[in-house]
Amino acid sequence: MQRFSAFALIRQALNGQKGWDRQWRDPEPKPAYDAIIVGGGAHGLGTAYYLAREHGIRNVAVLEKGWIGGGNTGRNTTIIRSNYLFDESAALYDHALKLWERMSQDLNYNVMFSQRGVLMLAHNVHDEQVFKRHVHSNRLNGVDNEWLSAAEAKAFCPPLNIAPGMRYPVLGAALQRRAGTARHDAVAWGYARAADALGVDIIQNCEVTGIDRDAAGKVTGVQTSRGAIRTNRLGIVAAGNTSVLMAMAGQRMPLESYPLQALVSEPVKPIVPCVIMSNTIHAYISQSDKGELVIGAGTDAYISYSQRGAMHISAHTLEAICELFPMFRRMRMLRNWGGIVDVTPDRSPIIAKTEVSGLYVNCGWGTGGFKATPGSAHLFAWTLAKDEPHRINAPFNLGRFQSGRLIDEAAAAAVAH
Amino acid sequence: MSEAFRLPDGGRVDRAQPLSFTFDGRRYGGLAGDTIASALLANGVHLVGRSFKYHRPRGIVSAGAEEPNALVGVGRDEAHYTPNLVATQISLYDGLSAVSQNRSPSLERDAGSINDRLWRFFPAGFYYKTFMWPRRAWTRVFEPRIRAMAGLGRAPKAPDAARYAQRYAHCDVLVIGAGPAGLASALAAAEAGARVIICDEQSELGGSLLAETEARIDGLAAQDWLAATLARLGAFDRVTVLPRTIAFGYFPHNMVGLAQDLTGYQGEPDDAAPRGRLWQVRAKQVVIAAGAIERPLVFPDNDRPGIMLADSARIYVERYAVKPGRRAVIFTAHDEAYRAALALHRAGVEIAAIADLRGAPEGAWIDAARAAGLPVRPATTISGTDGQLRVSAAHLAPIADGKVGRAERIECDLVLMSGGFTPSVHLFSQSRGKLRFDPALEAFVPGAPAEASLMAGASAGAQTLEATLATGYDAGDQAAGVSGTAQVRHFAVEAAPLSRGGFLGAVPHGRDPASVRAFVDFQNDVTAKDIKLALAEGFRSIEHVKRYTTTGMATDQGKTSNMNALGIVSETLGRPIPEIGTTTFRMPYTPVPFGYFAGYARGELFEPVRETPIHGWAAERGAVFEDVGQWKRARYFPEPGEDMRAAVARECRAVREAVGIFDASTLGKIEIVGPDAAEFLNRLYVNAWTKLKPGRLRYGVLLREDGFIVDDGVVGRIAEDRFHVTTTTGGAPRVLATMEDYLQTEWPDLNVWLTSTTEQWAVIAVQGPKARDVLAPLVEGADISAASMPHMSVAECRVAGVPARLFRVSFTGELGFEVNVPAEYGRAVWETIFAAGQPHGVVPYGTETMHVLRAEKGYIIVGQETDGTATPEDVGLGWAIGKAKPDFVGKRALARAGMAAQDDRKQLVGVLTEEPGFVLEEGAHLVADPAQKPPMTMLGHVTSSYWSAKLNRSIALAMVRSGRDRLGETLHVPLADRTVRVTLTEPVFYDPEGSRLDG
Amino acid sequence: MLLITCPFCGQRPEIEFAYGGEAHIARAADPRATSDEAWTEYLYVRGNARGLHAERWRHIRGCGRFFNALRDTVTDHFVATYKMGEARPDRTEGKQP
Repeated sequence: MQRFSAFALIRQALNGQKGWDRQWRDPEPKPAYDAIIVGGGAHGLGTAYYLAREHGIRNVAVLEKGWIGGGNTGRNTTIIRSNYLFDESAALYDHALKLWERMSQDLNYNVMFSQRGVLMLAHNVHDEQVFKRHVHSNRLNGVDNEWLSAAEAKAFCPPLNIAPGMRYPVLGAALQRRAGTARHDAVAWGYARAADALGVDIIQNCEVTGIDRDAAGKVTGVQTSRGAIRTNRLGIVAAGNTSVLMAMAGQRMPLESYPLQALVSEPVKPIVPCVIMSNTIHAYISQSDKGELVIGAGTDAYISYSQRGAMHISAHTLEAICELFPMFRRMRMLRNWGGIVDVTPDRSPIIAKTEVSGLYVNCGWGTGGFKATPGSAHLFAWTLAKDEPHRINAPFNLGRFQSGRLIDEAAAAAVAH
Repeated sequence: MSEAFRLPDGGRVDRAQPLSFTFDGRRYGGLAGDTIASALLANGVHLVGRSFKYHRPRGIVSAGAEEPNALVGVGRDEAHYTPNLVATQISLYDGLSAVSQNRSPSLERDAGSINDRLWRFFPAGFYYKTFMWPRRAWTRVFEPRIRAMAGLGRAPKAPDAARYAQRYAHCDVLVIGAGPAGLASALAAAEAGARVIICDEQSELGGSLLAETEARIDGLAAQDWLAATLARLGAFDRVTVLPRTIAFGYFPHNMVGLAQDLTGYQGEPDDAAPRGRLWQVRAKQVVIAAGAIERPLVFPDNDRPGIMLADSARIYVERYAVKPGRRAVIFTAHDEAYRAALALHRAGVEIAAIADLRGAPEGAWIDAARAAGLPVRPATTISGTDGQLRVSAAHLAPIADGKVGRAERIECDLVLMSGGFTPSVHLFSQSRGKLRFDPALEAFVPGAPAEASLMAGASAGAQTLEATLATGYDAGDQAAGVSGTAQVRHFAVEAAPLSRGGFLGAVPHGRDPASVRAFVDFQNDVTAKDIKLALAEGFRSIEHVKRYTTTGMATDQGKTSNMNALGIVSETLGRPIPEIGTTTFRMPYTPVPFGYFAGYARGELFEPVRETPIHGWAAERGAVFEDVGQWKRARYFPEPGEDMRAAVARECRAVREAVGIFDASTLGKIEIVGPDAAEFLNRLYVNAWTKLKPGRLRYGVLLREDGFIVDDGVVGRIAEDRFHVTTTTGGAPRVLATMEDYLQTEWPDLNVWLTSTTEQWAVIAVQGPKARDVLAPLVEGADISAASMPHMSVAECRVAGVPARLFRVSFTGELGFEVNVPAEYGRAVWETIFAAGQPHGVVPYGTETMHVLRAEKGYIIVGQETDGTATPEDVGLGWAIGKAKPDFVGKRALARAGMAAQDDRKQLVGVLTEEPGFVLEEGAHLVADPAQKPPMTMLGHVTSSYWSAKLNRSIALAMVRSGRDRLGETLHVPLADRTVRVTLTEPVFYDPEGSRLDG
Repeated sequence: MLLITCPFCGQRPEIEFAYGGEAHIARAADPRATSDEAWTEYLYVRGNARGLHAERWRHIRGCGRFFNALRDTVTDHFVATYKMGEARPDRTEGKQP
C-alpha cells in the first residue's frame, strides 16, 4: 500500500500528482472465497479488513450492490460517543471508541476523528435523572462522561441558548469529551484501501440475489448480479436491507426498516464547537470541517425503503434547532436526505451467528450505527473467524428476544442516536 | 455612484426609481428591478467574492439561481443578517447592505489567497492523506486551522428578528416556473377550469421572456404577450400567482414545498410582518416548467472575474440594461452564444472574437454574427486567461487535427462562455422520476414519472420558443384532466432560429495538464484535474467522484458543474454518460432558511403548554414549576427565604402531621364504559377486575405485550359497566392508544367505549391526618366516614356544591382523598377546600413533596423506578397480578425463562446511607467491592433519593440485582469524589403496617 | 407527507394518522398454548417487506378507527386501504401515479 503522508503529498505536488495509486482495485469476482461480506458500508469493509489483518483470512470479498459507503455510512450525521448506560452497550461502544482513537494511524487514512465532545442536553428533571444515571454508570465502567450545569454547557458551546424562559429550558448537560465526529466517507474509503491492500476483493455494482445452501442447510455461496460465488462463510452487514437478504436464507428477523433523515446547512465559519444532542426536543447538531451545520432529524413513522421522508419530520427538527440556537433561524438548508435504518425491538444491534450454519449477521444499529463502526467490524470479524462471538458482542445475540433479556437503552433513557 | 455600465435605455429596470446600496461599505447606485448582481455590474463591479478552497478572486458568472460565485452576506444588522445569499437572486432595495465573504482583511487583498499560490499541495482529497501525526494533533492543531479557512460566510450573531408564516394549500394543477412553458401550462389549465397555483422564483413572472426583445408571439412582442397573458391569468379567480416563490422540494404523493419571499425583497422593513412563507401544496397534478441552465466551458483559468455565461450576459443587457464589459471574447460550443454576442454588440460592447470550439459551425446564427461583422473563429479554444481581480486577456488557440495550436493573446475585460444548456430536472428527479439521457441534446431529460407530474418547456428538452409554448400548453391541458377534449392550441411564434450545439467535459487546451487549473465547480474549487485524480485513485462511481472531489456539493448543488464533471468522467473512463449515471438530486432546489420550516413554532408556541385549571392559583402563589411532558406542574411552593429542600421539608411535615393539598389534575384519565368493560380491563391489566365492586378502587398495572411495566394508576369502578381509569401523567395518550388498538383489532367482540377524560376532570388531592376534617363539611351526598368510605373506595357526590367523583386514595401513606370535579370548577373547588383547610393548617404541596412522601412509603413511579426493563415482580408488584386469570397483556411474556427466573433480576429495595445526613444522587450505582478497578461490577442503581424530614435522614430506593436476597447487606456507592457505604432495606421506610392509611 | 385514504373518511394527510405496524399479525387466542418461539415471533419478528407491505394505520386525529393498507415500501405509494377484518387484497405490484 502506497503510504500517505505530508511527504508524499509534497512529492506528488512536484510530480503533477501523477504518482498516486488506485486506493482499491476493481476486481472481477472470483469463483469462491473463504468469506464473503455482503454490504460495502464501513461496517462491512471494516469486517473484511479485520478478517484479513487480525485473523489472516485474506481470501475475502465484499459485495456491494451500489458503490461503497453509499448507504448509511455516507448518509449519517457522524456522531461518535460511547456513554451508553448498560454494561453491554458501554463495553461495545467504548471498544469502538478506542479503535476510533487510532483509526487514522491504523489505516494510514485521515478519517478526521475529531474529539470535540458531545453534549447531551437535559430539559427536565427526568432527563437530569437519566443522564446522571448514565454519568455514574459510565464512570464505573471507565467511560468518560460528566455532568455540566447549564452555564457550564454554554461555556462549552457558546451559541447555545440557555435562557430560563425557553419552552424547554436547558437544565444541564452530560458531556463526553472523548466523543465527537469523523469524516464518514473517509472511514469507508480508508477501510477499503487497507482491506484491498491485504488482498480483499471489493466488488461494487454486485447485488446479491440469493443465498445458496446445501441439503443440510449450510451456506454454500451466493447468487449475484455478477454471477454465483461460492463460500461457506457469509456475513450480512447490509443496514436497511437486512430483512430482505436474510429472507434469502429463510430467516425472518426482529427488524423493521425506517426512513431516517438528515440535513446540512450552507457552510459558515466555525460557530458550533462540539456535538449537541437533545433527545427531549429532538435536535442533533454539529458543524462539519467544511462549515456546514450537520443536523439529524427523526425517523418517519412507517417502514420504508424509499430513502426519503416527509418534510414535517425535518421541519420538526429545525424547530428545535432554532429554539436552541435562535441565530440559526436565518441559516439555510442546503441538502436534505434519507437513509434506511434497521431497528430492533430493543434498539440495540445484533452481531451474531444465526441458526443457519455459515451465516452471520450484523444489523439493527438503528439510528446510531456509525459510532460503532470499528467496534462492530472488529467483533463481527472475530465472530466470523472463530464461529463464536467475542465476549463483548455475545450479549448482542438473537436469543435475547426470546429470553426477554433485552438491552433496552432506548426504554431506559429515551435516547436515540 | 455613477452607473457607468448602465445602458441609456431598454430593460425592465425602472429609471424613475433610483436606489442606493452598499457593497463592502462602498456606496453604489442602482434601479428598481435590479438584483444586487445587475446593480454591481452596472457599476462595473465584477469581483464579488473569494472561492472556498483557494480563495481565488471570483466574479458574477450567471444571472440566476445557478450562480456559484456571487455569494454575499446581506442584512442591516445581526438580527437581519444572512450569509451566503446569491447576488443574482436578491432584488435590490434602497439601503441594502451587502458584504463579501471568505476574505480577510479585504476582498482585494485576502490573506487566504496564499492557498492559491500553494495550490499544487492541495489536490482533491489531500486532507485524507496527511495531518495524521501526532495522534491528537488533528483535533487540536490541524482541524481548527482547516475549519477557520473553510466555511463561506459567517453565521448571524444575534437571534433572528423575523417571523415566518406557513400555509397548506390544495390545487388541481401546480405549475412550477412561470416562463413561457409555465405560463402556457397555467393558461391551459385555467381555461379548462382547473384550480391552479403557478409559482416562480423570480421577482417578475416571465422567465426567459423577460430578456426576450426579438420574438413575437401571436402577433405581439414577447414582452407584450407576457403582459397580456399575466393579465389573462389574473382574471381567473381560481388561479393563484406566486412570484418570488421557489418550489424547493418534491415530496411523496404530490406534495410540493414552496418558499415564498414576503418582505425579504424589500429588506424586511417591518419585523411584525412575516419575512417569508412556507407553502405545502398538495396538487393533483404538477407541471414542472423549470427551464434550463447554461453550462460553463471548462478551460484553464476559466474562473476569473469577468468570465460569465453567455446567455446570462445577454440577460444583463436585455433585462437589466447593463453592459457587462467593454470588450468581450466569446467562447462557445453552442449557437446561443452568438445570440448573446449580437445583443452585446448592439449594446455597444466590442466583440473581440467569437471562439467556437466546433470545427465548422454553421447556420443562421453564425451567418448573422458574420453579417454583423463579428470575428468568428471556428475550431478555436481558450488555453488560458490573464488578469488577477478581473480578466484582462484570453489566449485563443486553434485546434487542428485534434491538436491545439499556438495561442494568440487577445485583450478583453469580459469572456462569455457557453457549453450549451442543461434541462432543470431537479424537481422531477426529486420526485423519483426516472431520467433518460438524450444523446442529441447531450443531456438528461425526464423519462417515466413517479408521481402525477408532467414536464414542459426547456426542462423537458424543448429547444425553441414555439416548442416551449406548445409543450407547456399541452402539459397544462393534460394536467387539468381534459386531455383529448380540448383543441390543440397553436402559438404563432416568430422567433430567432433554433440554437444548437453543446459540449460536456473539459476543453482541449494543449498545455501541460499538471500546470493548469480548469475549474468545473467554481465555488468548491474543483478542477478537471481533481476529477481525473479521483478517477486515477480508483473512485469510479460518480457519487465517489463527487464526494472525493466535492464537485457539485457547494451551495449551488452543482447546477452548472454536474454535467461537465460527468463529461470528464465519461471521457476519462471511456464509458458513455448513461452508464455513469447522475448523482442524486436532493431537496432543496435552492437553499431555504431554517425559519421557514420552523414557522410559528417558536418560544411559547414551540410546543403547546398544558396547564391545569389550578395553574393560575399556583403561579400566583409563587410556585416553582417543572416540565413534565407538555405539562407545567407545580414542583414546590417556597415561602420567602426557602430553598427547595426547606420548602419540601415544610410541605412534607404538613402532610404527615396535618393536611396538604395537591394538584393531581395532570394524571391521565380514561372512562371505560360498556357491558364488557370489566372483561376488557381483565384482558389488559395484570389485575383481576371482575370482583371489584362498584364504589371501589384498585391499583392497576399495565404491561407491554413483552411483559415490561408501561403504566400504572388507580382504577375506580363507578358502576357495573363504568370504570374511571387513571394513568401516569406522561402515559395517557399511549395507554389510550394501546386500549383502542386491542379493542378495535384484537377484541372487536367486546362492547366497550373508551373516552379520554384527562382534560375533563380537575383532581385535587387532600392528604394528611386531617384530610377528612377538611373535606367532610364540603361533601354532600356521601358519607366519608372511615366506616362508610374505607381506603380505596369512590363515591359520586358533590364537593363544595360541585358534582364530584370522590376517591379515597393515598399516594402519601396518609389518610387521603382525591376530589375529581369538572375542570371548569377546578380552581373554585380548590380555593374552597384551601379556605376550609385553613383552620387545620392546610399547605399546598408540589410534585417534589409528593415524590418524597411516596418514596417514604416505597410507592414506585413508573419511569423512575421502572425504565422499560422492569416486570411487576421486579418492583414488588407481584401481588397485583390476578393469578387466576388465564391471560392478560404481557402474561405470556412473563412466563419466558429469562423473565420468570428471579435469581439475578434487578429488584426494588430501600437504601439507607450509613451517614444519615448524606443524600445520595439519583442514578448513582451500587457495588459490592469499591476497590475494583473499572469496569466495576455494578449491582444496581439508585432510582429515587431524598431527604426525609419526617425520618430526619436520607432515604433512597434502588433497583439491585437479586436485591430481595440482599436485604441487610452493606454495599458501596462510588461517587465522583467519595464512596458511600449503604445498607439495603425493605423499600418502605415509614408506617410499614399502613395503619395511617386507615385514619 | 403521505396522502392516506381512510376507508371511513377519505383522503387525509399523514399527520392525521398513526402508523400501527405490520398487519395481519393476530394475537394467539390462547397464549398459554403458544411456544416461546411462536410468542417471540408474534412479539418481535416482522416481514419488513421491501415492496408491497400490509400495514395498520389509525386515523387517530379523525375518526379514530384502525384500518389496513397495502403500500409499496419502495415508492411509498398506497395500493389499497381496507377495513379491519377484511382480507388482504390480492395485488402483486404497486400502482402507477
